Amino acid sequence: MVEQVLFVLLAIITLGSALVVVTNRNLFHAALALMVTFAGVAGVYITLDAGFLAMAQLLVYIGAISILIIFAIMMTRRLMQAVEAPFNSQRWLGLFGAVVTFAILAVVLGRYWSPQPNVNNLVASIDPEILNGSVARLGASFVNPDAYVLPFEVASILLLAALVGAIVVAWPKVEDQS
Amino acid sequence: MIPLSWYLLLGAALFSIGIYGVFSRRNAVAILMAVELMLNAVNINLVAFWRYLTPEKSAGMAWAVFVLTVAAAEAAVGLALIISIYRSRDSVIAEDMDLMKN
Repeated sequence: MVEQVLFVLLAIITLGSALVVVTNRNLFHAALALMVTFAGVAGVYITLDAGFLAMAQLLVYIGAISILIIFAIMMTRRLMQAVEAPFNSQRWLGLFGAVVTFAILAVVLGRYWSPQPNVNNLVASIDPEILNGSVARLGASFVNPDAYVLPFEVASILLLAALVGAIVVAWPKVEDQS
Repeated sequence: MIPLSWYLLLGAALFSIGIYGVFSRRNAVAILMAVELMLNAVNINLVAFWRYLTPEKSAGMAWAVFVLTVAAAEAAVGLALIISIYRSRDSVIAEDMDLMKN
């Protein structure tokens, strides 16, 4: 019961701040609300016994991506202060599309999808040792040739390429300096 | 215990909010923030399925970590592109970015 109340609170925080992110006129406030959303998602990870992912979420999303977004907002600030419409002409169509997407997903979840009838009971009776060793197994699978060593290396190259590419793209052009 | 479908509904709701943001916002940074919301929704689903269906394997968590990595790369490149376009066009409005239109 306590778990369920906690989950509902986390869901309300997450979804409420996500709505602020997509509707607030002030982009800086939207970025701050985005940090709250990320923190709420980290809390959801904790309710799922994924503490490692929750910490990774705090470090990567709140610590890095949010700060990057806030820097980008500040570097383009002159336009941020101008009074301009935050939404384009597709606003209501977009709202309709989002509501339809959610309705389809909810109907499919509610009526047509059931993995195993006892999935919610199985989860409570799981051996705690399996959960305690989950981070160790995750780390081992990242360096195991039979598991994810290739995706892991590809991900590291992707990050390197993306960060070098970001520097190259954002670097001022030579003719701008002269 | 929390039913699995609650997590999936939370993920679906967060994803739909992200879709609305991507469709309706004019500012490119706001669109990028909405994309981050959608990636988070996907991650909630991955971790929930991992916890409920295959907690003895590491596939769900491993893919959540990969999504996290790709999201970081996407944010870095996306914001660099936005700053670069802001330099050359003096705008971060998505409709003004029509260099390749004609």
